[in-house]
Amino acid sequence: MSSEVRFTDFKSDKQPTWCPGCGDFGTMNGMMKALAETGNDPDNTFVVAGIGCSGKIGTYMHSYALHGVHGRALPVGTGVKLANPNLEVMVAGGDGDGYSIGAGHFVHAVRRNVDMTYVVMDNRIYGLTKGQASPTSREDFQTSTTPEGPKQPPVNPMALALAAGATFIAQSFSSDALRHQEIIQKAIEHDGFGFVNTFSPCVTFNDVDTYDYFRDSLVDLQDTDHDSSDFDAAKDKILDSSKEYMGVIYQEEDSVSYEQQHGVTENMSEIPDGAPDDAMDLVREFY
Amino acid sequence: MPADFNWAIGGEAGDGIDSTGKIFAQALSRAGRHVFTSKDFASRIRGGYTAYKVRTSVDQVQSVVDRLDVLIALTPRTIDENLDELHEGSVIVYDGERTSMQNVEIPEGMIGLDVPLKSLAEEAGGAIMRNVVALGAACEVTNFPIENLDSALEKRFGSKGQKLVDNNKEAARAGQNYVADEYDHEFDYDLDTTDNDYVLLNGDEAIGMGAIAAGCRFYAGYPITPATNVMEYLTGRIEQYGGHVIQAEDELSAINIALGAARAGARSMTATSGPGIDLMAETFGLIATSETPLVICDVMRSGPSTGMPTKQEQGDLNMALFGGHGEIPRFVVAPTSVSECFWKTVEAFNLAEKYQTPVYILSDLAMAVTEQTFPPEAFDMDAVEIERGNVVDDDTIDEWQNEKGQFKPHALAEDGISPRAFPGTSGGAHMSTGLEHDELGRRTEDTDMRVQQVDKRNKKVETAQEREDWSPREFGNPDSDQLVITWGSNEGTIVEAMGFLEEEGVDIRLLSVPYLFPRPDLSEEINDADDVVVVECNESGQFADVLEHDALRRVKRVNKYNGVQFKADELAEDIKETLEA
Repeated sequence: MSSEVRFTDFKSDKQPTWCPGCGDFGTMNGMMKALAETGNDPDNTFVVAGIGCSGKIGTYMHSYALHGVHGRALPVGTGVKLANPNLEVMVAGGDGDGYSIGAGHFVHAVRRNVDMTYVVMDNRIYGLTKGQASPTSREDFQTSTTPEGPKQPPVNPMALALAAGATFIAQSFSSDALRHQEIIQKAIEHDGFGFVNTFSPCVTFNDVDTYDYFRDSLVDLQDTDHDSSDFDAAKDKILDSSKEYMGVIYQEEDSVSYEQQHGVTENMSEIPDGAPDDAMDLVREFY
Repeated sequence: MPADFNWAIGGEAGDGIDSTGKIFAQALSRAGRHVFTSKDFASRIRGGYTAYKVRTSVDQVQSVVDRLDVLIALTPRTIDENLDELHEGSVIVYDGERTSMQNVEIPEGMIGLDVPLKSLAEEAGGAIMRNVVALGAACEVTNFPIENLDSALEKRFGSKGQKLVDNNKEAARAGQNYVADEYDHEFDYDLDTTDNDYVLLNGDEAIGMGAIAAGCRFYAGYPITPATNVMEYLTGRIEQYGGHVIQAEDELSAINIALGAARAGARSMTATSGPGIDLMAETFGLIATSETPLVICDVMRSGPSTGMPTKQEQGDLNMALFGGHGEIPRFVVAPTSVSECFWKTVEAFNLAEKYQTPVYILSDLAMAVTEQTFPPEAFDMDAVEIERGNVVDDDTIDEWQNEKGQFKPHALAEDGISPRAFPGTSGGAHMSTGLEHDELGRRTEDTDMRVQQVDKRNKKVETAQEREDWSPREFGNPDSDQLVITWGSNEGTIVEAMGFLEEEGVDIRLLSVPYLFPRPDLSEEINDADDVVVVECNESGQFADVLEHDALRRVKRVNKYNGVQFKADELAEDIKETLEA
């Protein structure tokens, strides 16, 4: 069936209500294309969406999906994948969902290394609540709740991920459709937790981190001699505050997923009609 | 009244009190005696005092009482702590060579047995076995065949090698022989054995075993007293059935991981206690609106806040009934005994999947840490039934698709129960959300659809009320005008208290309610009775409040909130006084 799947099969018939020009359109298109390209179809794909503008993605895509509690998308994705490892699990949310309210889960999802893909649609602003500082907003970024700027350094999500033992760290830009899709595809194919921070500009509330800004400043790692399997090289790129990079920054080639480590292989939805045949053994243990 | 015997070992935390107590309980169980254990933490003075108490009889025992016949006291404080329960003729075993015990005074009328526990243990192979020496001494005092203790020692130490088992057996005999040789006193106790086979387990273990029996294959949790044992039980066992246990980073994550597994079609659960249930409350609404079958177990302990983590309380009823913002349809079941922990867990999974709702199991610390004996048939696995509700597959899904071929996970079915399609089912791709949604699971703010979806979710509760049996468990004299109502772990204690009450000519009817929502309508029973007393381990009477609301009548209350579970003899007095008030 997968050979017949087109990326539009992953599109629902619901029209997005994102602002015209929102980066999330491009982010979602790349995700759908990458899913189709990697041989998935809507019936074996599970999308978990966070809360915020980005969280609407679950409605606009066609697949099995859950749009849950703010910040908890990664735990939901973890449960889905472990209960049925045959499913392709993709988690998508915003920078607030992932790095603020869900930051604790982010760190632990990274170190757990469950085989799923996590796309953070990073616009460096809270859009749905109409323009407040996010954890990735710049130190001097003025908003309704931070009139003089947050006066604290933005979170460096890739550094967090690297410190937590990430096996796949990448950054993409929604407007660079081809590269964005390629990078997501690599994250899907990665055996473990594929983390992609995707710059997905907010055209309504963020006049600093704009399309023009990213177009002008992003350095594509594929145009450099960067070796993504080199931890130290990755660390240098991630901690380099003078530049923003795009591409696969780090990938541990011999990554072993949580499921493999723990021998989680079964589709747990299939159970017998009654207690297991040898269940009385469980009782006899208490003699 | 069972011809019961009450035994305890007490000392400082770290003295191996729990494991020693468990070995003795196991020995009694293997001798075909019934056992009911309890753990006693500092109740009068703050500090590290801890005790493990065993009540045993050839008949069933299901409560603790305020009486102690044999006490192994490792510290002077152990005697002080138990003075009220000791009586004339009680035997106190202690080690007079221990510095702190040298000048210990045995209260008048009691029998002090000074046994050099440590020295005898050293002779047998190591001071660490001094508690086992004391167990041997206890066997002699109670005329209890020491082979049963051997059997329990084999179970406890067998995996660590025969040498250790043999040393322990020798230590036990050293204690037994010492008492036989040094004391020619006739003791009043005779612990008879029977040929009955019993299993010995606690409430947390029963919940874990019930989960596996019911087809639960996924557990996500975060360790917390007194619920951790559920997770520890499942770890290493559930994998044998293709399942998995995951330790989450916190309870916010645990319940969402469990929810994810349930969305994938697994029978999934989490267990926690008060502080964890507060965090999980964040997700209660999502479980209900996304119509996800999930079992959430709250093993209650004393709150609020960190409260008294190792103490008993039934203070989370309101949380289970009402926790979470907005209005959340749900089921709340509360097992009333250790064996019921097993059966109510099985039932919780069926209810969750048949009605696609969160099901809360309210257990409590008293049951979680109580080891109790049962005949193995009390957990008859052949009687476990699994009902998965309205699940569609590739062949039946078209019945629940719209004209565009879109699957309707929140279809407005007449009985409120819409279909579930597990991910992987062809043509079943759909979204679910905590937002109000239409039949397809897509966000809506349409006023009519909002009302229809709210009504549909509540309709499931009504349907369940019609289809399932929500009866209370009944004990005592059904014609009595004096009605006692309770929930949770108090049932066994009240049943035993009824024995004491009978001796004083007080005759009651007891309704023990395992279903707290939906719950049986008891308004007729309440209004027909002359006196109604609601017994529960909390301060305000949370269950009494809902019963008053249901029956539109004031009830009397017996509440205990000092952190210690009710004791049968003490509770009999409380009930009698309350009835007379």
